[in-house]
Amino acid sequence: MIYYKKNCKKRLTNDSSATIMNKQIYMLYVHVRGKGILEAEMENIKQKPVGLLILRLFPPETAWKLLIQILSVFSALLVGAVVIKLIGGSPGAAYRALLVGSMGNLKAVMETLVKATPLIFTGLSFAYAAKAGLINIGAEGQLYMGGFLATLVGSSFGWMPLIIHLPITLLAGFIGGGLWGLIIGWLKVKFGANEIITTVMFNYVAIYFISYLVTGPMIEPPGTYPQSRPITDTAILPRFFQGSRLHWGFIVALLCVFLFWFFFRKLKVGYESRVVGSNFEAAKYAGMKPAKVMILIMFIAGGMGGLAGANEILGIQGKLFQGFSPGYGFDGIAVALVGMNSPFGIILGGILFGALRSGGNMMQMIAKVPISTIYIIQSLVIIFVIAGQMITLENRRKLLAIFRRNNGSE
Amino acid sequence: MSINILEMKNITKTFPGGVIANKNINLKLRKGEVHTLLGENGAGKSTIMNILSGLYSPDSGNILINEKPVSLNSPKDAIKYGIGMVYQHFQLIPELSVVENVILGIKQRREPFLDIKGSADRILEYSNKYNMGIDPCAMVWQLSVGQQQWVEIIKALYRGARILVLDEPTAVLIPQEIDQLFNMIRQFTAADFSVIFISHKINEVKEISDRITILRKGQKVNTVETSEVSKPELAEMMVGREVLFKAYKKKAVPGVPALVLDKIEADNSKGLQALKIVSLAVKKGEILGIAGVDGNGQSELVEVIMGLRKSTSGSVKVMDKDVTNAHPREILDCSVGHIPEDRRVSGLMLEMNLRENLILHDYHTVPHSKFLLNWKFIKEHAEKLIEDYDIRTPNSDVLAGKLSGGNQQKLILARELHGNPDILVAMHATRGLDVGAIEYVHKNIIAQRDAGAAILYVSTEIDELLNISDRIAVIHSGEIMGIVNPDNVTIKELGLMMAGSKKDTLL
Amino acid sequence: MEVSNTILQIISSFIEADLRVAAPILIAAIGLLYMEKAGVVNIGAEGTMLIGALAGSIGAYLFQNPWMGALVAALAGGLVGVMFAYLVVTVKANQIVAGIAINILALGGTTTVNRIFFGLNASSSDIPSFTKVAIPLLSEIPVIGSLFNQLGLAYLAILMVPFTYYLMKKTTIGLSIRSVGEHPESADTAGINVFRIRYGTIIIGSMIIGVAGAYLSVGLLSFFSENMVSGRGYIALASVIFGKWNAFGVLGATLLFGFGDALQIRMQAIGSAIPYQFLLMLPYLLTVAAWSGFVGKAVAPKASGKPYFKG
Repeated sequence: MIYYKKNCKKRLTNDSSATIMNKQIYMLYVHVRGKGILEAEMENIKQKPVGLLILRLFPPETAWKLLIQILSVFSALLVGAVVIKLIGGSPGAAYRALLVGSMGNLKAVMETLVKATPLIFTGLSFAYAAKAGLINIGAEGQLYMGGFLATLVGSSFGWMPLIIHLPITLLAGFIGGGLWGLIIGWLKVKFGANEIITTVMFNYVAIYFISYLVTGPMIEPPGTYPQSRPITDTAILPRFFQGSRLHWGFIVALLCVFLFWFFFRKLKVGYESRVVGSNFEAAKYAGMKPAKVMILIMFIAGGMGGLAGANEILGIQGKLFQGFSPGYGFDGIAVALVGMNSPFGIILGGILFGALRSGGNMMQMIAKVPISTIYIIQSLVIIFVIAGQMITLENRRKLLAIFRRNNGSE
Repeated sequence: MSINILEMKNITKTFPGGVIANKNINLKLRKGEVHTLLGENGAGKSTIMNILSGLYSPDSGNILINEKPVSLNSPKDAIKYGIGMVYQHFQLIPELSVVENVILGIKQRREPFLDIKGSADRILEYSNKYNMGIDPCAMVWQLSVGQQQWVEIIKALYRGARILVLDEPTAVLIPQEIDQLFNMIRQFTAADFSVIFISHKINEVKEISDRITILRKGQKVNTVETSEVSKPELAEMMVGREVLFKAYKKKAVPGVPALVLDKIEADNSKGLQALKIVSLAVKKGEILGIAGVDGNGQSELVEVIMGLRKSTSGSVKVMDKDVTNAHPREILDCSVGHIPEDRRVSGLMLEMNLRENLILHDYHTVPHSKFLLNWKFIKEHAEKLIEDYDIRTPNSDVLAGKLSGGNQQKLILARELHGNPDILVAMHATRGLDVGAIEYVHKNIIAQRDAGAAILYVSTEIDELLNISDRIAVIHSGEIMGIVNPDNVTIKELGLMMAGSKKDTLL
Repeated sequence: MEVSNTILQIISSFIEADLRVAAPILIAAIGLLYMEKAGVVNIGAEGTMLIGALAGSIGAYLFQNPWMGALVAALAGGLVGVMFAYLVVTVKANQIVAGIAINILALGGTTTVNRIFFGLNASSSDIPSFTKVAIPLLSEIPVIGSLFNQLGLAYLAILMVPFTYYLMKKTTIGLSIRSVGEHPESADTAGINVFRIRYGTIIIGSMIIGVAGAYLSVGLLSFFSENMVSGRGYIALASVIFGKWNAFGVLGATLLFGFGDALQIRMQAIGSAIPYQFLLMLPYLLTVAAWSGFVGKAVAPKASGKPYFKG
C-alpha cells in the first residue's frame, strides 16, 4: 500500500490522479471480463504494481472490492490533503509528521498498536453483527457496560493470582457488553424493534448509567473524584516493555480476530449466522432458528464491544470514569467498513485508524495542523468507502462505460 | 377505419448483461379496441409495458401517440399522454386512503392544498358508474384484492387516461370479479377508450380482445384479429412449435401413502382462514399436482407441510410419523425435499457462493461437519453436484446471485434432490424459466418419482400440471374442489373447479 | 398565600426552563421529521446541529446579528444536507453509516475551524445572541406567562409544529413526501420524483437542524464550545420516534424530554436523592419502549432507511 502511494505520488507529477484511477479500473475490467485481452494491455497491467498484485492474488470479484477499497482510502487521504491545505497547513508536512509519528520508530509503532487495540475490538463488534445481517451501532454503549463489569470484578478479588483474576475480569467485560447486546437482540426478535434505533438509544443509556455509577455507588472513597476504585494489580493487563503502553490486550485482540475467523468459517452456528444475514427466509426454510442466532450474535457482538472497554480499563486507564472512550465504538464501524468485515481487514483498519490517532500529536506539533483534523480524515475515509462500495454493486457498469470511453480517447 | 391512438415502431430494449427483452417490436393500438399482448413469462410483455409507462427507455425505436412522436422518459410523461397503467403488483400505498392514493402526484385545484372532498366525490362517481363499490375514505389495506384492482383502474381514469394498460389483471381475481372486469372493459371501449390487455391465458384473451399481438422471446410473432384465429393456433404461436413437448413419463406405480394431510386448517398472515379441512394423501411413486389460481391457499398449504406455518387443526403425517406443527428441521430430517415458491426470496442466499448454498440442509450432518465444518469435503461434494446437475458455472466460488434463473433452479434441485428424498414438495418449480430449463426440471422430478418419491407439485399452469401429474387436486379458497385424473379431465372441467365448483357438481 | 406564591413561581420558572431546554430539540426534531417522513433516517442530526452551532456563532460574529447567525447556520446545515443526500440518495449508501460519518466529520471539522476562526481566546461578548422576546399581555399571565417570554426562535419552533402537521396532512407536497416514505416505487409510478423529494426534504430538514444548532450557540449560550450539542441530535431522533412521526407528537415528546432535562438540572442543583442520570436516560428508555411496542407501538414509514433503486 505504501509502495502504491509512493508510486502514485510520483506519477501525480505528470498525470492526473483521475487518469490513474481510470487506468487501474479499466485494467481490472479487462481482467474481470477475462476475454479479449490484448497482449499489449497485458503488458500494461504487469507494469502496474497494485493492479498486478491484486490481479495475481485474488479472484476477480474480490480483486474488484479490494481495488476500490484501496482507491477509496487513497481518495480520502487526497481530499484530506486538500482540507489541510484549506485550513492553511502543508499537506506534505502534515502527512509526513503523521507517518513519522505513527510508524517512525518502534515506540511510535507500539503506540499505534495501543490505539489500534480497542478499535479492533469494536470493529469486530460491528462485523459480527454485520455478517448476520444486523447493524450494531451500539458498540459504544457495550464498551461502557463491559468496562463497568470488568471494573467491578477487577477492583475486587485482589487475593486471586493474576493467571485467574485477569481472565475472569476479561470475561466479565465480555459478559457486560454481551448482555447489553443481548437485550438488543431480544427486543428485535421478540418485539420486532429494529436494532439500529435501539443500539443508538442504548449507547446513551449506558453512558448515563456509568456516570451514575462513578458518582454514586462505585465512587472511590472518600468520593473526591468521580471515578471508581483502581483495578487491582492482579487484573491489570501486563505491558510488554518498559516505556511503552503496549499491553497484552493487543494479543487478546488478535486472538479475538482469529476466533472471529474461526466462528464464521468453521462453526456450524457461524454458517447459520451468515445464512440468516444473507437470507432470513431461507434460514427459516432450512430449519434454522434465526431468532436464537440473532440473539447469540448480538451477545457476541456486544461482548466484543465489552472487551474493548475492559481492554481500555485493564490495560490503559486502570479505573472506571465517565467518558473514558473517545468514541471507540463509533470508530469501530469505520474499521469494519474499511476492513470489509474480514479478519485481516479489521486488523489493517484498526491499525490505519490507530495510526491516525497516534500520529496526530506529531502532526499538531510539527506541521501545526490541529489534531482534530484526524477526525475529518477519518470521516472522509468512511464516506469514500461507503461510496466506493456502492460503485461495486450498482454503478460499476456505468463507471466502466465512462472509463472505457476515456481510455478509448487517449 | 379507426385511427391508431398509439403506435410503437421498431422498439428494441436490451438490458445490461446483454439480455434482449424486446427486439423490433411493432404495435398499433386503435381507438376503442381491446388489444391483447399474449405471451409466456419472459416473452417481453412487461418490458413493453414498462417502456409505455416511462420507467424504461427503449434503446431504439419510436412511440407515436395520436400519430405524433413522443418520448416517454418518466411515469409523468406517460400520464401526460393519457397512458394509464394497472400493474400486476399493485402500486397502491396500503397506509394511505383511497383518495390519497388516487390523487397522489396530481395537480390540485387549490394548489398546494389537497382537495380531498372534491376528489372523493369524483371517485365515488367512477365507482358508481362502473359498479365498483369503493369507499373513497377507506384505507387501502382494508380493501380486498379485487377492490384494490378497481382503485388502480380509478387511479388511471382519474389521471385522464385514454389508453389503459392492464397487466395480467385476472391473476388475482375470482371468476365473478373477472366478469365484472370484462364488463368494465366493454364500458371503456364503448366510450372510445383503448385497452392494452396483457395476459398468458388464452381463454380470457379470446373472450375479451379485438386483436391479439403474440410475443415470444422478446419478439413479435404476429398480430391477428381475434375472430380469425382459434385457440390452438394462439397456443401454437405463443409457445412455438418446439415446446409442444410432452414429458416422457412411464405409468406411475403408486405405493403406500407417504405424505398424509388430514383435515388441515390454517390461517394466512392476516389472520384469515386460508385452508379449510384439507385432506390429501400423496403416495410413493406418484406426482400429485395442485392446481389453482394464485393465492388460493397454495402457499399456506406448503408452509403447513414444511412446518413454516402453524395449522389450527388437523394433522400432517410423513411416512406414518406425525409431524403436525413440528419444527421445519424435524420435517426436513424425515427425508423431505422442498423446492420453495420463490427461489430468490426463500430458496437461495444470493450473496453466498454455490458451496454454501448447496449445504443449506446438510451442513449439520456428517460428513459435512462433525464439530467443525469440513470445507474440503463440502467443496468436493459441491463440485460433484455441479457436474451431476449440469450447473453452468466456472467453479463453486461463484455467488448464487450471479447465476441465471435456470441455473439457480438447478442449484436448488441439486440441493433438494441429491439425497433422493422420500417426499418432495415443489411449488412453482418452473416459474420464470425458459423452455430448456423447464424440461430439465420436469425430467428430474419425474426421475425422482420413478425412484419412489412422493411428490406434491403446486403450479398455476394447467398445461404443465396435465403434463407432469399423475393426479391433480384443485384448490380454491383454501378448499380442495376435487381430485381428478389428468388423462380423463377436460381443461374446461379443471377451469370450473379452479373457479370454485366442486368436482361432484360437475358430473 | 406566601407559600403558594413561591410554588407558583417555581412552576413558572420550570415551564420557562422546560421550553427553553426543549426548543432546540424541537427545532431539530421538526427538521428530522421532514426527511424521516420521506423514508430517510439521519443519525447525523447530531453532527449537523454541531456544524450549525459553529456556523451560527461565526455568522452572528461576522454580521454582528444573531439572525444572520441563524441564516448562516441554516446554509451550513443545508450544505451538510446536500452531502448527506448525495450519499444516501444518489450513491445509495447506508443511511446510518453516512450519518455516523457526518457526526465524526462535524466533531473534527467544527473543532478545527473553531480553533482557526476564534482561536483559543474567543470571548462571548463579541458574539451577539438572541434575546428574549416577551409577548405583550400573554407574558403577564401568572404562572404560564413565562411561556411567552422566550427567544424568538422558540416561538418559531412552536409555529413550525402546526405548519408541519398541516403541510404533511393537507397539501400535495405533504402527500408526496408521505408516499415516498411509505412506498417509493408507487410514488414513482404516480409521477412523483422520488429523488427530488428526498433531496428536498433532506436539505430543508438539515437547514432546520442547522438552525437548531444556532439556537445553542447564539441563543442559550453566546459562544461555540466543542461538542456543545452533546446528544441533543440523538434526543431529537428519539423524539421523532417517540412522537410517532407526527408533528404534534414530536412536540409532546420534546416537551416531555425537556421536562425531564429541566427537572434533572433542578435535582442536581438541590442535591436530590434520586440520581439525575436516570432522568437523562429516560428519553432513550422511553423511545426504546415505544419502538418495541411497550407503550403504543411506534411504526416507522415503511421505506425507512432503504435507498430507492429506480427501475
